[in-house]
Amino acid sequence: MALWPRSSVAKKFLNGLTGVGLTLFIIVHLAGNLLLLTGNPDDFNRYAHKLESLGPLLWLAEIGLALFFIVHIFSALSVYVDKLRARPVRYAVSGNAGGASRKTISSQTMIVTGLVLLLFVPWHVASLKFGPGVEEGYVAIVDGLLVRDLHSWVIEYFQNPVHVALYVLVMLLLGLHLRHGVWSMIQTLGAYHPRLTPLWYTGGVVFALVMAVGFLVIPIWIYVNGAKI
Amino acid sequence: MNKKKMTLHLKIWRQANAQAPGRFVLYTVKDLSPDMSFLEMLDVLNEELTKKGELPVEFDSDCREGICGTCGFVINGVAHGPRRGRTVCQLYLRDFQDGQTVTLEPFRAKAFPVIKDLVVDRSAFDRIMAAGGYISVDTGSAPDANSILIPKEVAEAAFDAAACIGCGACVAACPNASASLFVSAKIAHLALLPQGQPERHRRVLKMVAQMDKENFGNCSNHGECEAVCPKNISIKYIALMRRDYLRALLAK
Repeated sequence: MALWPRSSVAKKFLNGLTGVGLTLFIIVHLAGNLLLLTGNPDDFNRYAHKLESLGPLLWLAEIGLALFFIVHIFSALSVYVDKLRARPVRYAVSGNAGGASRKTISSQTMIVTGLVLLLFVPWHVASLKFGPGVEEGYVAIVDGLLVRDLHSWVIEYFQNPVHVALYVLVMLLLGLHLRHGVWSMIQTLGAYHPRLTPLWYTGGVVFALVMAVGFLVIPIWIYVNGAKI
Repeated sequence: MNKKKMTLHLKIWRQANAQAPGRFVLYTVKDLSPDMSFLEMLDVLNEELTKKGELPVEFDSDCREGICGTCGFVINGVAHGPRRGRTVCQLYLRDFQDGQTVTLEPFRAKAFPVIKDLVVDRSAFDRIMAAGGYISVDTGSAPDANSILIPKEVAEAAFDAAACIGCGACVAACPNASASLFVSAKIAHLALLPQGQPERHRRVLKMVAQMDKENFGNCSNHGECEAVCPKNISIKYIALMRRDYLRALLAK
């Protein structure tokens, strides 16, 4: 078995598998982000410091995460390229048959919402994770330890309405991506059940909404409350 | 019964052969009975065209009772038209409005090249079947009917998949032009029965490989295939195909 599969089913399987990993990642990410709203800057800074002090373990996790992103993107691109090749002449009229169809705006824009996220992630990581730190004076004392005051930087960052607007927009697109992505990855991994499939199809919509709202509420909250928190 | 006559405006894809560029031609057919089938309406149009010395609109049909899988084209963007669970030959004009404009296009996929007008070449399906959609049995006298006992639920599940008539609407409706529903139905039909077990792994690997070779797209779980399938075949068989494929790959 070659490292990169040639068959459509195997490629799609990789896409679903990495989708599961990335979904679990954003759940943890959101849980961490919510610490920004506790009212005590120490909570978020402590969490960020603990993550950073994992050292090699964190790097390993980050490399793993990057690999998941890469495999997810390449497998998705292969599905998209196959699609373009498989229908060179397009329909003049396109319809939706309704009934059992799960074809939605979300399912048809996965490549677009995915590419927006692909553009967003490096910008997001560069501006926050690799934003100003201890050397630039963002220092806090948590539990008697001198740590990076990431909390202050995030608050400062989201005083810019352009940042807030862009984050809100991208998080709405993330929700749109998850709306089809969550149930689709389960189906891709071969799990179908007459009662459970409708459950995770609907559950996917709820999950997408919760994640999008959860993520976009944070920059809005910070902006509205100003530098008070 | 509604005996009012109807008129339909048809925008039909006309293409002389696989190489020629196609285009839409507008036809108006009058004095139609709402109780006519959609294909009977095309028969009426073709009679008129023939009388005028024009070439009739080519379309496939055979049994005209929804069981052979020969007919099929796309009506207003939906394969087999607006009614669920039926082929285009089982569609009646009462499902359309008097004076409506209806667009007729052939199934569009690289794997289904247009032969003429609304007729496409679906032999890619035959090649997928030839790659593994069978069981190997020794010749000789017919085996005893009850030598292999099959529970009724198993027989019914296998029959749900075997109901596939290979019309190709799943490919036509799929935004990716994927043949996953057809291929998975054929794989599942045999995978669910004891007779299909000896070649189960080989079958799924070979049929998927042939499907990819025929230039069908990949499956993105849009589920549009299930919605247009005249036999209401569920995408649960696509999930089964994926499980079987993975199992076969790991066992290799």
